[in-house]
Amino acid sequence: MTQAAEIGASGIGKMFGRFTALADISLTIGRGEFLTLLGPSGSGKTTFLMILSGFEAPTSGRLTLDGRELTETPPEARGFGMVFQGYALFPHMSVEDNIAFPLKVQGRPAPEVKRRVAEMIEMVGLGGHGHKRPAGLSGGQQQRVALARALAYAPPVLLLDEPFSALDKNLRGQMQDEMRRIHRDTGTTFVFVTHDQEEALALSSRIAIFEKGRLQQIAPPRDVYERPANRFVAEFLGDINILPLQGGQIEGQDAGMGGSGDLAIRPEYMELSLNAPATGPSLAARLTDLTYLGAETRLALQTPGGLPLVLHRPTATLPPGLAPGAAVWATWDAGRGFLI
Amino acid sequence: MLRSRLLLLGPLLLFLAATYLVPFLGVMQWSVTLPEPGLGQYRAALTDPLVRAVIWRTLRICALVTVISVAAAYVITLLWVRGGPVMRVVVELCILIPFWISVLTRAFGWLALLSNKGILNSWAQSAGMLTEPLTMVRNEFGVVVGMVHFLIPFAVFPLASALRTVDERVLMAARGMGASRARIFWQVFVPMTLPGILGAALLVFVFALGFFVTPALLGGGRSVMVAELIYLRIFQSPDWGLGAAISVILMIGVGGLLAAMMKLKGGMK
Repeated sequence: MTQAAEIGASGIGKMFGRFTALADISLTIGRGEFLTLLGPSGSGKTTFLMILSGFEAPTSGRLTLDGRELTETPPEARGFGMVFQGYALFPHMSVEDNIAFPLKVQGRPAPEVKRRVAEMIEMVGLGGHGHKRPAGLSGGQQQRVALARALAYAPPVLLLDEPFSALDKNLRGQMQDEMRRIHRDTGTTFVFVTHDQEEALALSSRIAIFEKGRLQQIAPPRDVYERPANRFVAEFLGDINILPLQGGQIEGQDAGMGGSGDLAIRPEYMELSLNAPATGPSLAARLTDLTYLGAETRLALQTPGGLPLVLHRPTATLPPGLAPGAAVWATWDAGRGFLI
Repeated sequence: MLRSRLLLLGPLLLFLAATYLVPFLGVMQWSVTLPEPGLGQYRAALTDPLVRAVIWRTLRICALVTVISVAAAYVITLLWVRGGPVMRVVVELCILIPFWISVLTRAFGWLALLSNKGILNSWAQSAGMLTEPLTMVRNEFGVVVGMVHFLIPFAVFPLASALRTVDERVLMAARGMGASRARIFWQVFVPMTLPGILGAALLVFVFALGFFVTPALLGGGRSVMVAELIYLRIFQSPDWGLGAAISVILMIGVGGLLAAMMKLKGGMK
């Protein structure tokens, strides 16, 4: 079983020439945590992972591992596991030899290497494929080999750089489930880079959201989704309605809360009503479009003032015969809206 | 579509047939008809101690030249492909400049440098490092030096394409697992470029088998190789049949090597 480690980053910055890739990143990655670094491409998330791995040196700031200085330690001395984008398997070695490589580097005795390789192959469900070369495996199987190789010597930290980006959607879901199981079984600290928000929400114990080289928010999935720290985070994770609030009113209609600013409400927390509701906040609007998505239907509305609204409603709850052009009311529970 | 392609390819095929295939068929005919019909010349070629010695020497020199050329070319290519921008230009010049100079000029260059009264020997003697000149030409040493010098660029090009395709992340992965630079080089980088190494070795070896000018000049008639032997048999003695038989044996050997290597390369993919 792994001895998971805690990583501390304080004031990490990275310049490439005059371009600021990362600015003042400070965070603590807890023991056994599953932290996802999420952001659009070019946001600095991969650069931060490379700094954690030691393949990039930060321009400023320091890193610690369980309180010990780590900033200057080269990657080969960090002892982290790493899964690269594209897997980076050794093409000339069999699955077994790939997994055995880090163990042989550490000079483990042959019987132990053999036992451990067999364990890892078992763990990632590749029994019977041990003698194959990577080129003879599917993408998902190569992914498993990469994971087994990275975890072979039970590293205190596992770094993963967009490991699922090359897999199709079904396989990706399956691998996510396995990743969660492996994280639970090994107890290792996982740091995972992705640009896929659903993946981040599904897997992580916390999500760190990057944009333009800055850390925008770091919090559990539910919090970043429901209590985003700023407008970027709110808009980056899924759809959101942003309504200009002036003195407790939106376009002259009662918003159910005081103050001014931008009121944000997730589309699934807005409900549709064919009659003006007696109580609670609501907005009169016209249905402009309706997209059937199976279990859910996505509704596009427009207020008389021209404000667009998006609602996600369970298809089963919609009134029959609803069609674009209908006069409707969008209502919500006042507690579901938040100012950003 | 196929017709127009054949038409475009036609002139080249005709040219090759006229300049290679027809003469080669003529050589094959000589080998079984001169001086009398039969396989006597092949028997002679395979049993004659002189011919056998030359073939054996050719294989030995070519193997040595191949190993040295490919090893040197590997280091050069490594500097070329993975070195800094200045290193790249320097390596390119060092590969290309000799490439542009004729093989004859280069052989004379080596003679001027290595012969008993050449630059190296006179310098070493005047500096008092040598009393007797060191014999570096008119022997196998000279032949190997000249051939290696000529063949390195031919090994560099196939190696460069193999070295360039190595995925940087695979090397990073090995480093991240704690592997030393030596281990990464010998256990990851070199095996990943093995197809390129084999390709370069084959190219150099086959090329070396047919070398004529360099061994003739730098070997000075003392370390005769197969191509020179064929030349001597055909142009300086009326032994056309034997010369032709040795040519055919050489051709079969080269063809067999190419076929074996193609198969090996196909199997590795």
